[in-house]
Amino acid sequence: MDENRQAYREEVHELLGDLEDALIELEQTPDERDLIDRVFRAMHTIKGSGAMFGFEDIAAFTHTIETVYDLIREGILGVTPELISLTLASCDQIKAMVEEPQGGESADTSKAQEITDAFKAMIPAEDENPAMVPAPADDLKKEIQDNTAQITYRIRFRPHTDIFANGTNPIPLLNELKYLGDAHVICHLNNLPELTDMDPEACYANWDIILTTNHDVNAIRDVFIFVEDLSDIDITKIDEGSEIDQDDYKRIGEILFERGDIKLNDLELMLNRQKRFGEILIESGKVNRSVVQSALAEQEHVRNLRKKRMVQDTTTNIRVPSHKLDAMVNLVGEMVTMQARLTQIAHQKNDPDLILVSEEVERLTAELRDNAMGIRMLPIGTTFAKFKRMVRDLSTELGKEVDFITQGEETELDKTVIEKLGDPLVHIIRNSIDHGIELPQKRKAAGKPPQGTIELRAEHSGANVLISVHDDGAGLDTDAIFKKAVEKGLASPDASLTDKEIHEFILAPGFSTAKNVSSVSGRGVGMDVVTSSIESFGGSVEIRSVRGNGTTITLKLPLTLAIIDGLLVTLGDDLYVIPLGSVVECVELTKKERKRAHGRHVTKVRDDLVPYIYLREVFSLGSPKPAIEQIVITQINERRIGFVVDKVIGEYQTVIKNLGKLFKNIDGVSGATIMGDGTVALILDITRLIVHAEDEDCRIA
Amino acid sequence: MDIACGIKEAVMARNILSVDDSASIRQLVSFTLKKEGYEVIEAVDGKDALAKIQGVCVDLVLTDLNMPNLDGIGLIKALRAISSYRFTPIVMLTTESHTDKKEAGKQAGATGWIVKPFKPEQLISVVKRLLG
Repeated sequence: MDENRQAYREEVHELLGDLEDALIELEQTPDERDLIDRVFRAMHTIKGSGAMFGFEDIAAFTHTIETVYDLIREGILGVTPELISLTLASCDQIKAMVEEPQGGESADTSKAQEITDAFKAMIPAEDENPAMVPAPADDLKKEIQDNTAQITYRIRFRPHTDIFANGTNPIPLLNELKYLGDAHVICHLNNLPELTDMDPEACYANWDIILTTNHDVNAIRDVFIFVEDLSDIDITKIDEGSEIDQDDYKRIGEILFERGDIKLNDLELMLNRQKRFGEILIESGKVNRSVVQSALAEQEHVRNLRKKRMVQDTTTNIRVPSHKLDAMVNLVGEMVTMQARLTQIAHQKNDPDLILVSEEVERLTAELRDNAMGIRMLPIGTTFAKFKRMVRDLSTELGKEVDFITQGEETELDKTVIEKLGDPLVHIIRNSIDHGIELPQKRKAAGKPPQGTIELRAEHSGANVLISVHDDGAGLDTDAIFKKAVEKGLASPDASLTDKEIHEFILAPGFSTAKNVSSVSGRGVGMDVVTSSIESFGGSVEIRSVRGNGTTITLKLPLTLAIIDGLLVTLGDDLYVIPLGSVVECVELTKKERKRAHGRHVTKVRDDLVPYIYLREVFSLGSPKPAIEQIVITQINERRIGFVVDKVIGEYQTVIKNLGKLFKNIDGVSGATIMGDGTVALILDITRLIVHAEDEDCRIA
Repeated sequence: MDIACGIKEAVMARNILSVDDSASIRQLVSFTLKKEGYEVIEAVDGKDALAKIQGVCVDLVLTDLNMPNLDGIGLIKALRAISSYRFTPIVMLTTESHTDKKEAGKQAGATGWIVKPFKPEQLISVVKRLLG
């Protein structure tokens, strides 16, 4: 033993000399593959032989270093000066360990630990091997485990009759398979000859094994590695574990045919008979009883497996094509409409029994509506995931360091809203990286950490979902925006505006203050596209920014687009719906009050002046107006604006129907709904109406 | 002797014959297998091995291929010629560079092989595979 240890010592000294040369060279040319390979090989040999000759501590010590260099070889880690010095320090440590006559036990273990920890810190979390002891080499048992996929294999093991001659006993092999997973072993003795013809030293048995395992196929092949030449081994994957199962596993005839145990025409012949198929087969003598039993075992094994999986699946999730859900929501919508009609008829007839029933139906419909809507809700996290990659790519391209944080991934939103949300969010996040986050040097100069942070957050707020993108970057340049706004004629130079009002100019079409147009953003398309697409489905955009501290852009979105709560109002003979989410209150508007305002569209609500839009004018209605009109006061982005209507009827469950193509360019109407008596009510698009009114004002001014 | 072996198999630890001219390898093999509860008989070459098996019962043979006096191939052939060793598992220790030697060993009747350098865990896994 001692002379071998001595041999190992000499070899280690030789390897360390070579290693040091390679490391010094590597420092000069960090990308030289040959050098990296040389370092890796040297470490590998020191580790491998160390374990064989009792230098376990050296093997353990070099294991982490080897792992790091393996990652470098794969290009996951890079060569840095720190790495080189650390490796050189570990060379000295190995030298000290190997020189110790006791195998290094009394070498400085704390230093070894220090070096190991430093190397471990370089390994990305998922690559770190928790076991310090070197794992068995690859040519034997592969212990690669994939815990997620349970794959079922059919293994047909047919030893040649002379397999005993080299000392093989098949039984331990079968037992070893059982250690790999859930195994069914079926023995076939159909080749057993008459006793007089039997050679007691020959193997006449063969086996079918159905194995469900999370080891890969190589682990199974490894079991048979010594008998490959002495037997026929056929391994077939019969169940993937992850894919969606068909209704049932194959029929027994299919299994036998697939295995080549029966001919197709024999199979068809047998299928025409009435008895249990397996029994017919055995009786016919076409196949042996044990063959059928084996096929039956496979059938049962996989059926049980799938049954188990199905139980798990049904308790967690059912996949349903989205169009089926859409159809259901449409039906619920129709039902809500019909229910409104039922209620109306019941009240017209004034039949107490009918009213009772209609109220019950109303309650059930509301519940059904909420449930159907709930099914269409998806967690927003699916959209968030794709931004991580985008942020990473963009920030590297621009030379910026960005930490991307997401919060509230579980927040649920109607699937149609989620689908439309992707593009606006891309614009906003791009802007944040390009204009918001500064370059690392600039951030350091401003006393901020060099790494910027972008936070994407989703949360519920009443009937809405708030999605905000926050960056801790430079913030909006209020002066520059104002100057640009004046230049573009959006504001008069002497206007006194709040920061918030100025910031909202960036939502205007074609507005950009970026000095350099980059490939990323700043070409003036972006924020206005965001605004219009968010508003198109009833949402709104809000900006908050502090110069030097960063910007937050918040999108306020309705939970759903299919059925909303609305406020039913009349104008002349027509019905209109105002989305209830933005309605704050309703007040009366008398003729006297209108006169007092001297034709200006403003009213006083509890000491606040609230501007209003006179919808009769907007829609050019000529019919006589009532003496007392109503103002529906809405709140959008903390601005209160009233809408004057003839009469407020009340709350109404509104099933949104899209207007036809012909009407798609109509401004101020987002859709329509069908009333209980079959009449159509238009749904007002409040934000567009406000924008329209402002444009009108500007033109007059 | 066969009957004695059968009884022994049932009640006592398995005997493993380790044949290697390198003392360090023999020590490593003995240490590893004894830890797992096997009895180990050591022999320095093929000739020594054939002498050592007289009067004892061996359940598995672990042999190097390059040895003085009688090499591994010779030992395997000699063992297979003894009736009570016809079905005994024989594992040869090979090096990666000697694939032809491995073939020769298989021809002579070796059951399996272990490629040097090996780790104790590999040795145990092979022995367990063959002895159950």
